[in-house]
Amino acid sequence: MEKIIKGKVFVLGDNIDTDQIIPAEHLVYSLSDPEESKKYGHFALSGVPLSKAGLPEGGIPFIKPGSNENYLSDFSIVLAGSNFGCGSSREHAPFALQVAGVKAVIADSYARIFYRNCVDGGFLIPYEAPFKINEKIKTGDELEIDLEKDSLRNLTTGLNYNLRSLGDILPIIEAGNIFEYARKTGMIV
Amino acid sequence: MGMTITEKILAKSAGRNRVEPGENVWLNVDVLMTHDVCGPPTIAIWKREFGKDAKIWDKSKLVIFPDHYIFTKNPHANRNVEILRQFANEYEIQNYYDVGTERYKGVCHVALAEEGYNVPGTVLFGTDSHTCTSGAFGMFSTGVGNTDAAFILGTGKIWEKIPQSLKFTFEGELPNYLTAKDLILRILGDITTDGATYSAMEFNGSTISSLSMDERMTLTNMAIEAGGMNGIIQADKVTEDYLRERIDKDYEIFSSDPDANYKAKYSYDTSKLEPFVAKPHSPDNLDTVANVQGTKLTKCYIGSCTGGKLSDFIAAGKIIFGNKVKVPTFVVPASTAVRKQLDEETISGISLTRIFENAECVIAESSCAACLGGPMDTIGRAVDGEVIISTTNRNFPGRMGSKKAAVYLASPLTVGASAITGVITDPREFI
Repeated sequence: MEKIIKGKVFVLGDNIDTDQIIPAEHLVYSLSDPEESKKYGHFALSGVPLSKAGLPEGGIPFIKPGSNENYLSDFSIVLAGSNFGCGSSREHAPFALQVAGVKAVIADSYARIFYRNCVDGGFLIPYEAPFKINEKIKTGDELEIDLEKDSLRNLTTGLNYNLRSLGDILPIIEAGNIFEYARKTGMIV
Repeated sequence: MGMTITEKILAKSAGRNRVEPGENVWLNVDVLMTHDVCGPPTIAIWKREFGKDAKIWDKSKLVIFPDHYIFTKNPHANRNVEILRQFANEYEIQNYYDVGTERYKGVCHVALAEEGYNVPGTVLFGTDSHTCTSGAFGMFSTGVGNTDAAFILGTGKIWEKIPQSLKFTFEGELPNYLTAKDLILRILGDITTDGATYSAMEFNGSTISSLSMDERMTLTNMAIEAGGMNGIIQADKVTEDYLRERIDKDYEIFSSDPDANYKAKYSYDTSKLEPFVAKPHSPDNLDTVANVQGTKLTKCYIGSCTGGKLSDFIAAGKIIFGNKVKVPTFVVPASTAVRKQLDEETISGISLTRIFENAECVIAESSCAACLGGPMDTIGRAVDGEVIISTTNRNFPGRMGSKKAAVYLASPLTVGASAITGVITDPREFI
């Protein structure tokens, strides 16, 4: 597990549901074929109305438009308000963010299934912020998350914030995913 | 301190005498359900993790319903159904309901009930957020992602955090202008889309006892719209009558203790409630139908696991009866069994099928269809600029297709009334 996650942040609002993270029409592609699965990165967050993408100003596409081949975002940290990942159970949602290069999400709160999928599938680290952090940080700011200290530093403004400890799920994140965790603890071989 | 129904069922599944909210436990799963969108990636993860000799923990407990992207020319969607078909053949999965055969059922949550997989006191997981629907049968049911489903497929086990419970009590007779959809929309307005995150939503009271299984399933179905882990209604005579025709095995009926602990309790006098809508773009954006009366529509939609059951079509049909719809109106029976019932169920001697045909509704084949948008050729899919009223479950931007469409969620009575006027209409005008 990486101890430090550093990158540009993409800021969103409350209740970003899984249809906004990856619209249902794209759920037809393979998640295991390395080439085909890049489609998920290409369409990641494409369901967010553009005016609400890249806050506070909005109007910033998560994936640069132009090429159909582009699947990597300039942003490797996503910051959102409450109830991030609500809606469907599709694991394609955290997967799409991972394919686009996202390492961690920070939100006020998460929907249960999305949160589980992030952790059990080993796609992303879902940090909770103890306050409305998406109102304090701007899209494009350079952030640094310290996983050992559960802290966040905004390198653009120099401000520091504490994040909620990952708690019970930390052993699964450290193991890599639910299968590795189960092997470590002897549940499965 | 007593326990709630959810705590008791989870304790039994964990092999424990009691469990406390907040505890993480390993559960033994009674049924795992998957479909064409999440089944193929679940199978791929299971093979990756357990190797080429991967074994299914118990084939009799795996149920697969292709239902999401069925009637489409999209080659990738069709490939997903083909992956399920091959898997079912290779591993001899008895509970596979293939497309294009007489076994095809349609929407998984409705089919689970019809085919007798919903059994009181048991634990059911599915790769779909609306798996909470099955809780109408006094059981624990919830949605999971592909990785968790693959873990269950190989081990029959899954970890869960024991949820706190919220109790919603509805007392009094349900007026004839309301359905269970109005009750759950009201709850969503009161507690919002994350008001029940990681919590159990328990429904009781004399109103709930009077509801059919179809209507109970509308309530538990939308527990996820409040972030609920599960929705649950204690099994009773209505449940047992429904089960008697479908299953032939013993089951245990659990109930909450009088001194069980709840995070919060909500009580409603059902007779004082009104027809409700959830306005764009969130299921908790509550308003009364009266307040949005007259809003011009481009389409009406009656379908999905939430609003495509027989009771929904009876409700819509009794208002549409004898009228022509003013805007394109889609009738999408959740399951093939419901489709058949439309031919058999009559109002004043006329079948529901004829009522909808005479009204010039479009009757589509059973599947999830436009509830979740889907491939571009999906029937009823929302296009730019549309204003739709629908009996489905979500209206976040883009849920039914275009993110430039506005979707109102409402009861089948309200959608029926709106279909014959072309504007959002209070069903009381026709009752």
